Amino acid sequence: MIGWLGPEEWQAVALSLKVSFWATLLSLPFGLLCALALARGRFIGRDVLNWLVHLPLVLPPVVTGYLLLLGFGRQGPIGSVLDDIFGITLAFQWTGAALAASIMAFPLMVRAMRLAIEAVDPKLEEAAATLGASRIKVFSTVTLPLILPGIIAGAVLAFAKAMGEFGATITFVSNIPGETRTVPSAIYAFLQVPGGETSAIRLVIVAVVIAIGALILSEWLSRRVARRISGV
Amino acid sequence: MSLSVDIRRSFGGFDLRTAFDAPEGVTVLFGRSGSGKTSVVKSVAGLVTPEQGNITLNGRVLFDAATRTDLPVHKRRLGYVFQDSRLFPHLSVQDNLCYAARVSGRGVKDPREVGALLGISHLLDRRTHSLSGGEAQRVAIGRALLSEPDMLLMDEPLASLDGPRKAEILPYLETLRRETGLSILYVTHNMAEVARLATHIVLIDEGRVVRSGAPEEVLTDPDMVRLLGIRDAGAVLSATVSRHYSDGLSALAISAGEIMLPTVDAPVGAKIRVRILAQDVILARARPEGLSALNILPARVLAVRRGEGPGVIVQLQAGEDRLLARITRRSADTLNIIEGAECYAVMKSVAVSQTDIAVGLQTGL
Repeated sequence: MIGWLGPEEWQAVALSLKVSFWATLLSLPFGLLCALALARGRFIGRDVLNWLVHLPLVLPPVVTGYLLLLGFGRQGPIGSVLDDIFGITLAFQWTGAALAASIMAFPLMVRAMRLAIEAVDPKLEEAAATLGASRIKVFSTVTLPLILPGIIAGAVLAFAKAMGEFGATITFVSNIPGETRTVPSAIYAFLQVPGGETSAIRLVIVAVVIAIGALILSEWLSRRVARRISGV
Repeated sequence: MSLSVDIRRSFGGFDLRTAFDAPEGVTVLFGRSGSGKTSVVKSVAGLVTPEQGNITLNGRVLFDAATRTDLPVHKRRLGYVFQDSRLFPHLSVQDNLCYAARVSGRGVKDPREVGALLGISHLLDRRTHSLSGGEAQRVAIGRALLSEPDMLLMDEPLASLDGPRKAEILPYLETLRRETGLSILYVTHNMAEVARLATHIVLIDEGRVVRSGAPEEVLTDPDMVRLLGIRDAGAVLSATVSRHYSDGLSALAISAGEIMLPTVDAPVGAKIRVRILAQDVILARARPEGLSALNILPARVLAVRRGEGPGVIVQLQAGEDRLLARITRRSADTLNIIEGAECYAVMKSVAVSQTDIAVGLQTGL
Protein backbone atom coordinates (compact mmCIF):
# COMPACT_ATOMS: atom_id res chain seq x y z
CA MET A 1 0.00 0.00 0.00
CA ILE A 2 2.95 2.27 0.73
CA GLY A 3 4.23 1.72 -2.80
CA TRP A 4 0.82 2.30 -4.32
CA LEU A 5 0.25 5.50 -2.37
CA GLY A 6 2.43 8.54 -2.95
CA PRO A 7 4.52 9.75 0.02
CA GLU A 8 2.19 12.69 0.64
CA GLU A 9 -0.87 10.42 0.54
CA TRP A 10 0.75 7.86 2.79
CA GLN A 11 1.67 10.61 5.23
CA ALA A 12 -1.99 11.63 5.42
CA VAL A 13 -3.17 8.05 5.98
CA ALA A 14 -0.58 7.39 8.71
CA LEU A 15 -1.40 10.68 10.39
CA SER A 16 -5.14 9.96 10.28
CA LEU A 17 -4.59 6.54 11.85
CA LYS A 18 -2.39 8.05 14.58
CA VAL A 19 -4.81 10.89 15.30
CA SER A 20 -7.85 8.59 15.40
CA PHE A 21 -6.10 6.00 17.55
CA TRP A 22 -5.17 8.51 20.22
CA ALA A 23 -8.47 10.34 19.96
CA THR A 24 -10.32 7.08 20.61
CA LEU A 25 -8.03 5.77 23.32
CA LEU A 26 -7.95 8.97 25.35
CA SER A 27 -11.68 9.61 25.13
CA LEU A 28 -12.57 6.03 26.21
CA PRO A 29 -12.38 6.58 30.00
CA PHE A 30 -14.18 9.94 29.77
CA GLY A 31 -16.78 8.42 27.48
CA LEU A 32 -17.39 5.59 29.90
CA LEU A 33 -17.69 7.97 32.85
CA CYS A 34 -20.12 10.21 30.97
CA ALA A 35 -22.16 7.22 29.81
CA LEU A 36 -22.33 5.89 33.38
CA ALA A 37 -23.33 9.28 34.74
CA LEU A 38 -26.01 9.73 32.10
CA ALA A 39 -27.35 6.19 32.36
CA ARG A 40 -27.24 5.78 36.12
CA GLY A 41 -26.53 9.14 37.73
CA ARG A 42 -29.20 11.13 39.53
CA PHE A 43 -27.66 14.55 39.96
CA ILE A 44 -28.37 18.19 39.28
CA GLY A 45 -26.93 19.18 35.95
CA ARG A 46 -27.47 15.79 34.35
CA ASP A 47 -29.44 17.41 31.54
CA VAL A 48 -26.71 19.99 31.06
CA LEU A 49 -24.11 17.22 30.76
CA ASN A 50 -26.33 15.47 28.26
CA TRP A 51 -26.56 18.62 26.10
CA LEU A 52 -22.83 19.25 26.32
CA VAL A 53 -22.02 15.71 25.23
CA HIS A 54 -24.40 15.92 22.29
CA LEU A 55 -23.54 19.47 21.27
CA PRO A 56 -20.80 18.49 18.73
CA LEU A 57 -23.38 16.32 16.99
CA VAL A 58 -25.71 19.24 16.25
CA LEU A 59 -23.33 22.21 16.00
CA PRO A 60 -21.77 22.94 12.61
CA PRO A 61 -18.29 21.34 12.84
CA VAL A 62 -16.71 24.62 11.89
CA VAL A 63 -18.30 26.20 14.97
CA THR A 64 -16.90 23.44 17.20
CA GLY A 65 -13.49 23.96 15.59
CA TYR A 66 -13.63 27.69 16.13
CA LEU A 67 -14.72 27.25 19.78
CA LEU A 68 -11.76 24.90 20.23
CA LEU A 69 -9.47 27.49 18.73
CA LEU A 70 -10.85 30.14 21.10
CA GLY A 71 -10.51 27.87 24.12
CA PHE A 72 -7.41 25.84 23.33
CA GLY A 73 -5.52 28.31 21.14
CA ARG A 74 -2.29 29.72 22.51
CA GLN A 75 -4.15 32.82 23.70
CA GLY A 76 -7.25 30.91 24.84
CA PRO A 77 -8.04 30.43 28.53
CA ILE A 78 -7.28 26.68 28.52
CA GLY A 79 -4.63 26.76 25.80
CA SER A 80 -2.53 29.39 27.57
CA VAL A 81 -2.62 27.43 30.83
CA LEU A 82 -1.57 24.22 29.04
CA ASP A 83 1.19 26.13 27.27
CA ASP A 84 2.50 27.97 30.36
CA ILE A 85 2.39 25.12 32.84
CA PHE A 86 2.80 21.95 30.83
CA GLY A 87 4.35 23.30 27.66
CA ILE A 88 1.63 21.60 25.64
CA THR A 89 0.45 23.30 22.49
CA LEU A 90 -2.60 22.00 20.72
CA ALA A 91 -3.35 24.57 18.05
CA PHE A 92 -1.89 23.66 14.66
CA GLN A 93 -0.44 20.42 16.09
CA TRP A 94 -1.46 16.82 15.43
CA THR A 95 -2.44 16.61 19.13
CA GLY A 96 -4.98 19.35 18.44
CA ALA A 97 -6.33 17.28 15.54
CA ALA A 98 -6.71 14.38 17.97
CA LEU A 99 -8.59 16.63 20.41
CA ALA A 100 -10.92 17.90 17.69
CA ALA A 101 -11.53 14.35 16.44
CA SER A 102 -12.24 13.01 19.92
CA ILE A 103 -14.71 15.79 20.70
CA MET A 104 -16.54 15.26 17.43
CA ALA A 105 -16.63 11.49 17.99
CA PHE A 106 -17.57 11.75 21.67
CA PRO A 107 -21.38 11.82 21.27
CA LEU A 108 -21.31 8.61 19.21
CA MET A 109 -19.09 6.85 21.72
CA VAL A 110 -21.17 7.90 24.73
CA ARG A 111 -24.41 6.98 23.00
CA ALA A 112 -23.30 3.42 22.25
CA MET A 113 -21.96 2.92 25.78
CA ARG A 114 -25.01 4.45 27.40
CA LEU A 115 -27.33 2.13 25.51
CA ALA A 116 -25.26 -0.84 26.69
CA ILE A 117 -25.31 0.34 30.31
CA GLU A 118 -29.05 0.93 30.22
CA ALA A 119 -29.51 -2.60 28.91
CA VAL A 120 -27.87 -4.09 32.03
CA ASP A 121 -30.47 -5.32 34.48
CA PRO A 122 -29.83 -3.56 37.82
CA LYS A 123 -31.35 -6.65 39.46
CA LEU A 124 -28.20 -8.58 38.54
CA GLU A 125 -26.12 -5.97 40.34
CA GLU A 126 -28.41 -6.24 43.37
CA ALA A 127 -27.92 -9.98 43.35
CA ALA A 128 -24.15 -9.54 43.17
CA ALA A 129 -24.23 -7.23 46.18
CA THR A 130 -26.20 -9.75 48.24
CA LEU A 131 -23.48 -12.28 47.39
CA GLY A 132 -20.89 -10.07 49.04
CA ALA A 133 -19.62 -7.94 46.18
CA SER A 134 -18.70 -4.34 46.99
CA ARG A 135 -19.76 -1.65 44.52
CA ILE A 136 -16.39 -1.75 42.76
CA LYS A 137 -16.51 -5.55 42.55
CA VAL A 138 -20.09 -5.41 41.25
CA PHE A 139 -18.92 -3.08 38.51
CA SER A 140 -15.85 -5.07 37.55
CA THR A 141 -17.41 -8.54 37.70
CA VAL A 142 -20.95 -7.91 36.47
CA THR A 143 -21.51 -4.49 34.91
CA LEU A 144 -18.27 -4.18 32.95
CA PRO A 145 -18.33 -7.64 31.34
CA LEU A 146 -21.97 -7.11 30.36
CA ILE A 147 -21.35 -3.72 28.72
CA LEU A 148 -18.11 -4.71 26.99
CA PRO A 149 -19.76 -5.12 23.57
CA GLY A 150 -21.17 -1.60 23.89
CA ILE A 151 -17.78 -0.21 24.86
CA ILE A 152 -16.15 -1.85 21.86
CA ALA A 153 -18.90 -0.73 19.52
CA GLY A 154 -18.57 2.82 20.88
CA ALA A 155 -14.81 2.79 20.43
CA VAL A 156 -14.97 1.52 16.85
CA LEU A 157 -17.65 4.05 15.93
CA ALA A 158 -15.59 6.80 17.50
CA PHE A 159 -12.52 5.66 15.56
CA ALA A 160 -14.42 5.69 12.28
CA LYS A 161 -15.87 9.10 13.03
CA ALA A 162 -12.40 10.43 13.98
CA MET A 163 -11.00 9.14 10.68
CA GLY A 164 -13.55 11.19 8.80
CA GLU A 165 -13.46 14.39 10.85
CA PHE A 166 -12.87 17.43 8.69
CA GLY A 167 -14.64 20.67 9.62
CA ALA A 168 -13.57 21.09 13.22
CA THR A 169 -10.07 19.83 12.49
CA ILE A 170 -9.31 22.18 9.62
CA THR A 171 -10.71 25.14 11.58
CA PHE A 172 -8.80 24.35 14.78
CA VAL A 173 -5.47 23.03 13.49
CA SER A 174 -5.51 24.04 9.83
CA ASN A 175 -4.19 21.80 7.05
CA ILE A 176 -0.43 21.44 7.55
CA PRO A 177 1.15 18.55 5.63
CA GLY A 178 2.69 16.01 7.98
CA GLU A 179 1.27 17.68 11.05
CA THR A 180 -2.48 18.15 10.70
CA ARG A 181 -3.26 17.07 7.14
CA THR A 182 -5.44 14.02 7.78
CA VAL A 183 -7.06 12.00 4.99
CA PRO A 184 -10.15 14.25 4.61
CA SER A 185 -8.01 17.41 4.68
CA ALA A 186 -5.64 15.85 2.15
CA ILE A 187 -8.51 14.93 -0.19
CA TYR A 188 -9.77 18.48 0.11
CA ALA A 189 -6.28 19.87 -0.60
CA PHE A 190 -5.70 17.57 -3.62
CA LEU A 191 -9.01 18.67 -5.11
CA GLN A 192 -7.90 22.31 -4.93
CA VAL A 193 -4.89 21.78 -7.23
CA PRO A 194 -4.98 20.82 -10.92
CA GLY A 195 -4.08 17.14 -11.45
CA GLY A 196 -4.71 16.21 -7.86
CA GLU A 197 -7.73 13.99 -8.68
CA THR A 198 -5.77 10.73 -8.88
CA SER A 199 -4.30 11.26 -5.43
CA ALA A 200 -7.74 12.22 -4.15
CA ILE A 201 -9.31 9.08 -5.62
CA ARG A 202 -6.64 6.85 -4.05
CA LEU A 203 -7.30 8.44 -0.67
CA VAL A 204 -11.05 8.04 -1.19
CA ILE A 205 -10.50 4.32 -1.76
CA VAL A 206 -8.37 4.11 1.40
CA ALA A 207 -11.06 5.99 3.37
CA VAL A 208 -13.79 3.65 2.11
CA VAL A 209 -11.72 0.54 2.88
CA ILE A 210 -10.89 1.73 6.41
CA ALA A 211 -14.52 2.69 7.08
CA ILE A 212 -15.89 -0.65 5.91
CA GLY A 213 -13.11 -2.48 7.74
CA ALA A 214 -14.00 -0.67 10.96
CA LEU A 215 -17.66 -1.60 10.57
CA ILE A 216 -16.86 -5.26 9.94
CA LEU A 217 -14.43 -5.31 12.86
CA SER A 218 -16.95 -3.78 15.25
CA GLU A 219 -19.66 -6.21 14.14
CA TRP A 220 -17.31 -9.16 14.59
CA LEU A 221 -16.00 -7.97 17.96
CA SER A 222 -19.37 -7.22 19.45
CA ARG A 223 -20.84 -10.48 18.21
CA ARG A 224 -17.90 -12.37 19.69
CA VAL A 225 -18.20 -10.62 23.01
CA ALA A 226 -21.98 -10.92 23.05
CA ARG A 227 -21.62 -14.65 22.47
CA ARG A 228 -19.17 -14.96 25.32
CA ILE A 229 -21.49 -13.00 27.60
CA SER A 230 -24.81 -14.63 26.90
CA GLY A 231 -23.30 -18.03 26.17
CA VAL A 232 -25.50 -18.49 23.09
CA MET B 1 -29.90 -17.59 66.20
CA SER B 2 -32.62 -15.11 65.46
CA LEU B 3 -33.54 -12.10 63.41
CA SER B 4 -35.25 -9.16 65.00
CA VAL B 5 -37.02 -6.62 62.82
CA ASP B 6 -38.74 -3.44 63.90
CA ILE B 7 -38.99 -0.99 61.04
CA ARG B 8 -41.05 1.80 59.63
CA ARG B 9 -41.05 2.93 56.04
CA SER B 10 -43.41 5.09 54.01
CA PHE B 11 -43.44 4.96 50.25
CA GLY B 12 -46.00 5.67 47.57
CA GLY B 13 -48.80 6.25 50.07
CA PHE B 14 -48.00 2.97 51.78
CA ASP B 15 -47.12 2.92 55.45
CA LEU B 16 -45.05 -0.05 56.55
CA ARG B 17 -44.74 -0.60 60.29
CA THR B 18 -43.50 -4.06 60.88
CA ALA B 19 -42.06 -5.64 63.98
CA PHE B 20 -41.39 -9.34 64.47
CA ASP B 21 -38.80 -11.85 65.57
CA ALA B 22 -37.76 -14.72 63.39
CA PRO B 23 -36.47 -17.56 65.57
CA GLU B 24 -34.26 -20.39 64.35
CA GLY B 25 -35.92 -22.40 61.58
CA VAL B 26 -38.02 -21.30 58.67
CA THR B 27 -39.99 -18.15 59.32
CA VAL B 28 -42.60 -17.55 56.68
CA LEU B 29 -43.76 -14.01 55.99
CA PHE B 30 -47.23 -14.54 54.69
CA GLY B 31 -49.48 -11.91 53.20
CA ARG B 32 -51.34 -10.97 50.05
CA SER B 33 -49.48 -9.24 47.26
CA GLY B 34 -49.07 -5.61 48.21
CA SER B 35 -49.07 -6.35 51.94
CA GLY B 36 -45.48 -5.14 52.24
CA LYS B 37 -43.70 -8.43 52.78
CA THR B 38 -41.18 -7.96 49.98
CA SER B 39 -40.38 -4.53 51.38
CA VAL B 40 -39.60 -6.15 54.70
CA VAL B 41 -37.17 -8.67 53.19
CA LYS B 42 -35.52 -6.00 51.06
CA SER B 43 -35.05 -3.90 54.19
CA VAL B 44 -33.43 -6.84 55.94
CA ALA B 45 -31.08 -7.35 52.97
CA GLY B 46 -30.30 -3.63 52.79
CA LEU B 47 -31.71 -3.20 49.29
CA VAL B 48 -34.10 -0.56 50.61
CA THR B 49 -33.62 1.64 53.64
CA PRO B 50 -36.34 2.04 56.27
CA GLU B 51 -36.89 5.48 57.78
CA GLN B 52 -37.00 4.32 61.35
CA GLY B 53 -36.34 1.31 63.49
CA ASN B 54 -33.71 -1.37 63.65
CA ILE B 55 -32.80 -4.78 62.30
CA THR B 56 -30.60 -7.18 64.24
CA LEU B 57 -29.35 -10.62 63.27
CA ASN B 58 -27.91 -12.76 66.07
CA GLY B 59 -27.00 -9.64 67.99
CA ARG B 60 -25.30 -8.10 64.95
CA VAL B 61 -26.86 -4.72 64.12
CA LEU B 62 -27.65 -4.53 60.41
CA PHE B 63 -29.65 -1.35 60.60
CA ASP B 64 -30.41 1.14 63.32
CA ALA B 65 -31.93 4.49 62.47
CA ALA B 66 -31.18 5.82 65.96
CA THR B 67 -27.41 5.34 65.62
CA ARG B 68 -27.45 5.82 61.84
CA THR B 69 -26.13 2.33 61.31
CA ASP B 70 -26.83 1.01 57.84
CA LEU B 71 -24.59 -1.88 56.95
CA PRO B 72 -24.08 -2.06 53.17
CA VAL B 73 -25.73 -4.95 51.36
CA HIS B 74 -22.49 -6.80 50.69
CA LYS B 75 -21.49 -6.79 54.35
CA ARG B 76 -24.74 -8.18 55.75
CA ARG B 77 -23.89 -11.84 55.08
CA LEU B 78 -27.42 -12.70 54.00
CA GLY B 79 -28.15 -14.99 51.09
CA TYR B 80 -30.96 -13.70 48.93
CA VAL B 81 -32.98 -15.89 46.58
CA PHE B 82 -35.13 -13.74 44.33
CA GLN B 83 -38.34 -14.62 42.56
CA ASP B 84 -36.45 -14.53 39.28
CA SER B 85 -33.23 -16.49 39.56
CA ARG B 86 -30.99 -13.55 38.55
CA LEU B 87 -28.14 -15.78 37.41
CA PHE B 88 -25.27 -13.92 35.75
CA PRO B 89 -25.65 -14.52 32.00
CA HIS B 90 -21.95 -14.08 31.28
CA LEU B 91 -20.90 -16.81 33.70
CA SER B 92 -21.30 -20.58 33.61
CA VAL B 93 -23.32 -22.40 36.27
CA GLN B 94 -20.09 -23.28 38.06
CA ASP B 95 -18.89 -19.66 38.00
CA ASN B 96 -22.28 -18.46 39.21
CA LEU B 97 -22.04 -20.86 42.13
CA CYS B 98 -18.52 -19.72 42.96
CA TYR B 99 -19.29 -16.03 42.53
CA ALA B 100 -19.40 -15.25 46.26
CA ALA B 101 -16.04 -16.93 46.81
CA ARG B 102 -14.57 -14.91 43.95
CA VAL B 103 -15.75 -11.49 45.14
CA SER B 104 -15.53 -11.86 48.89
CA GLY B 105 -13.29 -14.85 49.48
CA ARG B 106 -15.61 -16.04 52.22
CA GLY B 107 -17.35 -18.87 50.40
CA VAL B 108 -15.21 -21.90 51.11
CA LYS B 109 -17.80 -24.65 50.80
CA ASP B 110 -17.34 -27.15 48.02
CA PRO B 111 -19.74 -26.33 45.17
CA ARG B 112 -20.04 -30.07 44.52
CA GLU B 113 -21.50 -30.61 47.97
CA VAL B 114 -24.16 -27.97 47.41
CA GLY B 115 -24.63 -29.30 43.88
CA ALA B 116 -25.44 -32.72 45.27
CA LEU B 117 -27.80 -31.26 47.86
CA LEU B 118 -29.78 -29.39 45.21
CA GLY B 119 -29.45 -31.91 42.40
CA ILE B 120 -27.51 -29.58 40.10
CA SER B 121 -24.16 -31.39 39.94
CA HIS B 122 -24.75 -32.37 36.31
CA LEU B 123 -25.31 -28.72 35.33
CA LEU B 124 -21.99 -27.25 36.47
CA ASP B 125 -20.50 -26.82 32.99
CA ARG B 126 -23.68 -25.48 31.43
CA ARG B 127 -24.37 -21.90 30.45
CA THR B 128 -27.23 -20.35 32.39
CA HIS B 129 -29.44 -19.65 29.37
CA SER B 130 -29.90 -23.35 28.72
CA LEU B 131 -31.34 -24.08 32.16
CA SER B 132 -35.03 -24.66 32.80
CA GLY B 133 -36.80 -22.36 35.25
CA GLY B 134 -36.60 -24.92 38.02
CA GLU B 135 -32.93 -25.65 37.40
CA ALA B 136 -32.07 -21.95 37.29
CA GLN B 137 -33.81 -21.40 40.61
CA ARG B 138 -31.94 -24.30 42.22
CA VAL B 139 -28.64 -22.85 40.96
CA ALA B 140 -29.67 -19.49 42.43
CA ILE B 141 -30.35 -21.17 45.77
CA GLY B 142 -26.98 -22.93 45.59
CA ARG B 143 -25.23 -19.68 44.74
CA ALA B 144 -26.79 -18.02 47.80
CA LEU B 145 -25.85 -20.99 50.02
CA LEU B 146 -22.23 -20.88 48.86
CA SER B 147 -21.90 -17.32 50.09
CA GLU B 148 -22.10 -18.92 53.55
CA PRO B 149 -24.81 -16.58 54.78
CA ASP B 150 -25.91 -16.21 58.39
CA MET B 151 -29.47 -16.43 57.14
CA LEU B 152 -31.18 -17.14 53.85
CA LEU B 153 -33.81 -14.73 52.54
CA MET B 154 -36.18 -16.20 50.00
CA ASP B 155 -38.60 -13.85 48.31
CA GLU B 156 -41.31 -15.97 46.69
CA PRO B 157 -38.69 -18.26 45.18
CA LEU B 158 -41.30 -20.48 43.55
CA ALA B 159 -43.78 -17.83 42.41
CA SER B 160 -42.45 -17.60 38.86
CA LEU B 161 -42.54 -21.37 38.34
CA ASP B 162 -45.43 -23.48 37.10
CA GLY B 163 -47.01 -26.26 39.16
CA PRO B 164 -44.72 -29.16 38.19
CA ARG B 165 -41.59 -26.99 38.62
CA LYS B 166 -42.80 -25.95 42.07
CA ALA B 167 -43.30 -29.56 43.00
CA GLU B 168 -39.78 -30.23 41.72
CA ILE B 169 -38.18 -27.65 44.01
CA LEU B 170 -40.18 -28.01 47.24
CA PRO B 171 -38.48 -31.27 48.29
CA TYR B 172 -35.08 -29.58 47.84
CA LEU B 173 -36.18 -26.77 50.11
CA GLU B 174 -37.25 -29.31 52.72
CA THR B 175 -33.89 -31.04 52.41
CA LEU B 176 -32.15 -27.70 52.68
CA ARG B 177 -33.95 -26.89 55.89
CA ARG B 178 -33.17 -30.28 57.33
CA GLU B 179 -29.54 -30.69 56.25
CA THR B 180 -28.08 -27.23 56.59
CA GLY B 181 -29.87 -26.04 59.70
CA LEU B 182 -29.71 -22.59 58.14
CA SER B 183 -32.40 -20.19 59.28
CA ILE B 184 -34.60 -18.95 56.47
CA LEU B 185 -36.87 -15.96 56.10
CA TYR B 186 -39.33 -17.08 53.45
CA VAL B 187 -41.83 -14.82 51.75
CA THR B 188 -44.85 -16.33 50.09
CA HIS B 189 -48.58 -16.08 49.59
CA ASN B 190 -48.91 -19.75 48.79
CA MET B 191 -50.46 -21.77 51.61
CA ALA B 192 -49.06 -25.09 50.42
CA GLU B 193 -45.52 -23.73 50.81
CA VAL B 194 -46.38 -22.39 54.25
CA ALA B 195 -47.76 -25.73 55.36
CA ARG B 196 -44.73 -27.64 54.13
CA LEU B 197 -41.91 -25.36 55.19
CA ALA B 198 -42.88 -23.02 58.00
CA THR B 199 -41.71 -23.51 61.56
CA HIS B 200 -42.87 -20.01 62.42
CA ILE B 201 -45.39 -17.80 60.68
CA VAL B 202 -45.65 -14.03 60.54
CA LEU B 203 -48.90 -12.82 58.98
CA ILE B 204 -48.68 -9.39 57.38
CA ASP B 205 -51.56 -7.25 56.23
CA GLU B 206 -51.27 -3.69 54.95
CA GLY B 207 -47.78 -3.32 56.34
CA ARG B 208 -48.66 -4.53 59.84
CA VAL B 209 -47.97 -7.83 61.53
CA VAL B 210 -51.38 -9.18 62.47
CA ARG B 211 -50.30 -12.47 63.97
CA SER B 212 -47.17 -14.50 64.48
CA GLY B 213 -46.54 -17.87 66.02
CA ALA B 214 -46.27 -21.59 65.35
CA PRO B 215 -48.09 -22.81 62.23
CA GLU B 216 -50.28 -25.14 64.30
CA GLU B 217 -51.70 -22.16 66.15
CA VAL B 218 -51.73 -19.49 63.49
CA LEU B 219 -53.22 -21.64 60.74
CA THR B 220 -56.03 -22.91 62.94
CA ASP B 221 -56.97 -19.50 64.29
CA PRO B 222 -60.46 -18.90 62.87
CA ASP B 223 -59.90 -15.16 63.02
CA MET B 224 -57.04 -15.49 60.53
CA VAL B 225 -59.06 -17.40 57.97
CA ARG B 226 -60.10 -14.33 56.04
CA LEU B 227 -56.47 -13.30 55.67
CA LEU B 228 -55.22 -16.77 54.78
CA GLY B 229 -57.91 -17.17 52.17
CA ILE B 230 -61.10 -19.09 52.78
CA ARG B 231 -60.28 -21.82 50.25
CA ASP B 232 -56.73 -22.20 51.56
CA ALA B 233 -57.63 -22.26 55.24
CA GLY B 234 -56.75 -25.46 56.98
CA ALA B 235 -54.82 -27.08 59.78
CA VAL B 236 -51.31 -28.48 59.67
CA LEU B 237 -50.98 -31.67 61.69
CA SER B 238 -47.88 -33.52 62.79
CA ALA B 239 -48.20 -37.22 62.16
CA THR B 240 -46.13 -40.38 62.35
CA VAL B 241 -46.30 -43.00 59.60
CA SER B 242 -47.54 -46.16 61.33
CA ARG B 243 -48.23 -48.58 58.49
CA HIS B 244 -48.34 -48.90 54.72
CA TYR B 245 -51.14 -50.96 53.17
CA SER B 246 -51.02 -52.74 49.86
CA ASP B 247 -54.22 -51.09 48.64
CA GLY B 248 -52.53 -47.73 48.25
CA LEU B 249 -53.12 -46.29 51.68
CA SER B 250 -50.89 -45.35 54.58
CA ALA B 251 -51.96 -45.17 58.21
CA LEU B 252 -50.76 -42.15 60.15
CA ALA B 253 -50.85 -41.71 63.89
CA ILE B 254 -51.97 -38.32 65.09
CA SER B 255 -52.83 -37.23 68.60
CA ALA B 256 -56.55 -37.89 68.11
CA GLY B 257 -56.11 -41.37 66.67
CA GLU B 258 -55.28 -42.76 63.27
CA ILE B 259 -56.00 -41.43 59.83
CA MET B 260 -55.67 -43.02 56.40
CA LEU B 261 -54.09 -41.18 53.51
CA PRO B 262 -52.99 -42.15 50.01
CA THR B 263 -49.55 -43.78 50.24
CA VAL B 264 -47.07 -41.46 51.90
CA ASP B 265 -43.55 -41.57 50.53
CA ALA B 266 -41.85 -42.06 53.90
CA PRO B 267 -40.85 -45.12 55.96
CA VAL B 268 -42.82 -46.38 58.96
CA GLY B 269 -41.92 -44.26 61.97
CA ALA B 270 -41.16 -41.13 59.94
CA LYS B 271 -42.52 -37.84 61.17
CA ILE B 272 -44.48 -36.00 58.54
CA ARG B 273 -46.71 -33.00 58.30
CA VAL B 274 -50.16 -33.06 56.75
CA ARG B 275 -52.28 -30.14 55.72
CA ILE B 276 -56.01 -30.67 56.03
CA LEU B 277 -58.12 -28.04 54.33
CA ALA B 278 -61.10 -26.66 56.22
CA GLN B 279 -63.35 -27.29 53.26
CA ASP B 280 -62.41 -30.99 53.19
CA VAL B 281 -63.69 -31.56 56.73
CA ILE B 282 -67.30 -32.60 57.33
CA LEU B 283 -68.93 -32.50 60.79
CA ALA B 284 -71.34 -35.02 62.28
CA ARG B 285 -72.95 -34.92 65.69
CA ALA B 286 -73.19 -38.74 65.95
CA ARG B 287 -70.55 -41.20 64.81
CA PRO B 288 -71.55 -41.81 61.19
CA GLU B 289 -72.14 -45.34 59.94
CA GLY B 290 -71.99 -46.70 56.41
CA LEU B 291 -69.84 -43.84 55.16
CA SER B 292 -67.21 -44.07 52.44
CA ALA B 293 -64.94 -41.58 54.16
CA LEU B 294 -62.29 -43.46 56.14
CA ASN B 295 -61.27 -40.84 58.65
CA ILE B 296 -63.58 -40.09 61.52
CA LEU B 297 -62.10 -38.28 64.51
CA PRO B 298 -63.88 -37.34 67.71
CA ALA B 299 -63.59 -33.61 68.31
CA ARG B 300 -64.90 -30.76 70.40
CA VAL B 301 -65.93 -27.37 69.02
CA LEU B 302 -63.69 -24.60 70.30
CA ALA B 303 -65.09 -21.69 68.35
CA VAL B 304 -67.49 -20.87 65.55
CA ARG B 305 -66.91 -17.86 63.29
CA ARG B 306 -69.64 -16.63 61.02
CA GLY B 307 -68.56 -14.77 57.94
CA GLU B 308 -70.56 -12.71 55.48
CA GLY B 309 -71.27 -15.61 53.15
CA PRO B 310 -73.26 -18.78 53.69
CA GLY B 311 -70.37 -20.53 55.41
CA VAL B 312 -69.02 -20.67 58.93
CA ILE B 313 -65.58 -21.67 60.13
CA VAL B 314 -65.50 -24.11 63.02
CA GLN B 315 -62.37 -24.54 65.11
CA LEU B 316 -62.06 -28.01 66.60
CA GLN B 317 -59.94 -29.68 69.20
CA ALA B 318 -59.09 -33.25 68.19
CA GLY B 319 -56.72 -34.84 70.67
CA GLU B 320 -53.92 -32.33 71.06
CA ASP B 321 -54.37 -30.99 67.56
CA ARG B 322 -56.56 -28.29 66.25
CA LEU B 323 -58.55 -28.57 63.07
CA LEU B 324 -60.65 -26.21 61.04
CA ALA B 325 -63.87 -27.14 59.30
CA ARG B 326 -65.82 -25.02 56.87
CA ILE B 327 -69.52 -25.82 56.82
CA THR B 328 -72.68 -23.95 55.90
CA ARG B 329 -74.39 -21.72 58.39
CA ARG B 330 -77.56 -23.75 57.85
CA SER B 331 -75.82 -26.98 58.89
CA ALA B 332 -74.28 -25.28 61.89
CA ASP B 333 -77.72 -24.14 63.01
CA THR B 334 -79.48 -27.44 62.28
CA LEU B 335 -76.83 -29.53 64.04
CA ASN B 336 -76.48 -26.99 66.84
CA ILE B 337 -72.73 -26.64 66.33
CA ILE B 338 -71.82 -24.28 69.14
CA GLU B 339 -68.80 -23.79 71.35
CA GLY B 340 -68.24 -26.86 73.50
CA ALA B 341 -70.32 -29.20 71.33
CA GLU B 342 -68.97 -32.73 70.90
CA CYS B 343 -68.89 -33.93 67.33
CA TYR B 344 -67.02 -36.01 64.75
CA ALA B 345 -64.73 -34.60 62.09
CA VAL B 346 -64.93 -36.59 58.87
CA MET B 347 -62.28 -36.44 56.16
CA LYS B 348 -61.97 -38.25 52.85
CA SER B 349 -58.54 -39.86 52.46
CA VAL B 350 -58.23 -38.87 48.84
CA ALA B 351 -58.94 -35.21 49.64
CA VAL B 352 -55.37 -34.84 50.86
CA SER B 353 -53.03 -34.40 47.90
CA GLN B 354 -49.34 -35.26 47.88
CA THR B 355 -48.46 -31.56 47.74
CA ASP B 356 -50.09 -31.15 51.15
CA ILE B 357 -47.76 -33.68 52.74
CA ALA B 358 -44.32 -32.71 53.95
CA VAL B 359 -42.07 -35.70 54.53
CA GLY B 360 -38.71 -36.08 56.14
CA LEU B 361 -39.10 -33.75 59.08
CA GLN B 362 -36.69 -34.38 61.89
CA THR B 363 -38.40 -32.28 64.44
CA GLY B 364 -41.89 -33.09 65.57
CA LEU B 365 -43.02 -29.57 64.80
